[in-house]
Amino acid sequence: MSATTATGNSRTIKVDYLTRVEGEGSIQVKLKGDQVQDVQFGIFEPPRLFEAFLRGRHYLETPDIVARICGICPVAYQMSAVHALERILNITVDPAVRLLRRLLYCGEWIESHALHVFMLHAPDFLGFPDAIRMAAEHRELVEMALRLKKIGNRLMIVLGGREIHPSSVTVGGFHKVPTKADLRALADDLVWARDTSIAAARIVAGLQFPDFEQDYEFVSLSHPDEYPMNEGRLVSNKGLDIDTSEFGSQFMEQHVKHSNALHCRLRERGSYLVGPLARFNLNFGKLPEAAQQVAGECDVVPPCLNPFRGIVVRAVELVFACEEALRLIAQYEPPAAPRVEAPVRAGIGHAATEAPRGVLYHRYEIDDRGLIVKAQIVPPTAQNQKRIEDDLWHFVPQLTALPLDKITAKCEQAVRNYDPCISCATHFVKVERVD
Amino acid sequence: MKSKSAPKDKTTSHPSSHRPSVAVFKFASCDGCQLSLLDAEDELLGVAKAVDIVYFPEATSVMLKGPYDIGLVEGSITTHHDAERIQQVRRLCRTLVTIGACATSGGIQALRNWKDVGGFERMVYANPDFIRTLKMSTPVAEHVPVDFELRGCPIDKYQLLELIGAMLAGRKPNIPTYSVCLECKRRANVCVAVARGAACMGPVTQAGCGALCPSFDRGCYGCFGPMESPNTSSLTEQFRILGRGDDDIVRAFRGYSAWAWQFRQAGEECEKS
Repeated sequence: MSATTATGNSRTIKVDYLTRVEGEGSIQVKLKGDQVQDVQFGIFEPPRLFEAFLRGRHYLETPDIVARICGICPVAYQMSAVHALERILNITVDPAVRLLRRLLYCGEWIESHALHVFMLHAPDFLGFPDAIRMAAEHRELVEMALRLKKIGNRLMIVLGGREIHPSSVTVGGFHKVPTKADLRALADDLVWARDTSIAAARIVAGLQFPDFEQDYEFVSLSHPDEYPMNEGRLVSNKGLDIDTSEFGSQFMEQHVKHSNALHCRLRERGSYLVGPLARFNLNFGKLPEAAQQVAGECDVVPPCLNPFRGIVVRAVELVFACEEALRLIAQYEPPAAPRVEAPVRAGIGHAATEAPRGVLYHRYEIDDRGLIVKAQIVPPTAQNQKRIEDDLWHFVPQLTALPLDKITAKCEQAVRNYDPCISCATHFVKVERVD
Repeated sequence: MKSKSAPKDKTTSHPSSHRPSVAVFKFASCDGCQLSLLDAEDELLGVAKAVDIVYFPEATSVMLKGPYDIGLVEGSITTHHDAERIQQVRRLCRTLVTIGACATSGGIQALRNWKDVGGFERMVYANPDFIRTLKMSTPVAEHVPVDFELRGCPIDKYQLLELIGAMLAGRKPNIPTYSVCLECKRRANVCVAVARGAACMGPVTQAGCGALCPSFDRGCYGCFGPMESPNTSSLTEQFRILGRGDDDIVRAFRGYSAWAWQFRQAGEECEKS
């Protein structure tokens, strides 16, 4: 649903309802001649007010409740929540639980990346309105994508009972853990998925990419030994290196009129980018050899500064997630107990994990009965919002010679580079209470 | 791979087609229920052959104008704008089906219905003047007549496929209205309430998940909403016998289908006692 208007030498590019993203967003770009006058990435997704109604709920309910923020990345919400709450209760989980959480996250990355790369983003590059209609000419590609996605979902079903809002995750571990045989049964499919992801990365590397690079500040988690998912410090290519508990002192949120999601900026430097491109550029050395090699063949090497190549980077992360899942399954020995429990105590806990779309920060304060006093949730798309607008400011001047409908389509594609999850982004970033 | 020059036209009227047209609409929700359709990986291309998906913003840039044969509605009504939009959606859809707990009962965001929403907005936003929300999150059926409701947070994708298949065949969908307990029996699960004293909502919750939570050694938390004629007062009594306090019991009913009248009443009765 788009409308573009031209009067005199002023033109307005408007996308009232951005498609092939999760949730409800819009774009408006105002041009005067070849000059961009204004850019707004609007979010009109209705607020659901999670941070408010979490107050007074029991901490053990949190992983199930926050999963409902997003149907595409519920595991990310469960992970950030359990880590933050475990910090309050001083719980250290069994190494096997740690492994299973990472494996569950691999499932979500595979499902989410396969969905975005092939079903939401590839149609832009190949000139189709969606994957179903793309299947008429590229049936093999779409069938491959669906099978890849299914394998990611299968991993989540085995570990959590269902792919959307899995039911096994709890503070201290899992309600129930799988047997070795349960996991080994997934291995053949994952080998296929890894090999297919390698082939898929080569396919998407052959797409046409606009010539567009930006001097981004990339922000992601960084872990000494592994490609980041559940743990690590928050780092950037411009000197950020903090514990997740310092998030609030480095990042600030701003409420702007055209968005129901608060904009997040780095205090001193403004907009920044989270997600696959940031993870890849900051943690390339931690990728398994197979993934590094594919990246090289596909002509993405850090620092990759072209956001349109994010589709290739996502495919490289698919290779990683399949490879990592296989490694974890091979190592798995069930834990002595599915979860550890600890006495309730009042406190504040922070955590950030890597959702498929980037850093997801949670902060909880609970009282001595275990009830939530305060919750703060900063999803990746809220953090990328400002950066998305900045990209459009710089990208649109390249397009001014094109007809308006082409400019509009290119703008939509530029926003989809971020795989925005608008349902998540709405109304989570927390400002001080004013009452 | 060859590229096509331009995306297909987005707003023209329907192509000549005898397949029923399907539109998917989103209101306040997490997108999970509509994602269930894309998660039907083995069936998706088959479904897309049997019906014509002409409006589904999460998945396609094709946005044909109605009327539509089948409308699937996800999400609850939480803004003035959406309260108007659902009227328009109803007018456009010959058959209107609500999918998921948000659309059928107001969803988890209906927890606002017991609170001061102005205070909620001030908690989350610095400038609540920019925000327009209603005081309540309400199910679609409180606004317009609904032809069928599919429960669950999220819905079960096989129930969705059954529903679509039934609509195509012109028969009643086979969607059970009994409780989760029956699914536990069928799976030969040991009862988590009896054996371990878990606070399980299974006895009052509609089946459809396949007794997911009890199969994962935990009590059901009611995400499919109330079954037909649930005995909530008996379950409240049982929770008390298991040593649960009134606050815990209220929270158990006040979850993903809090505004469904059976659970709403059970929670409020417990609060009063």
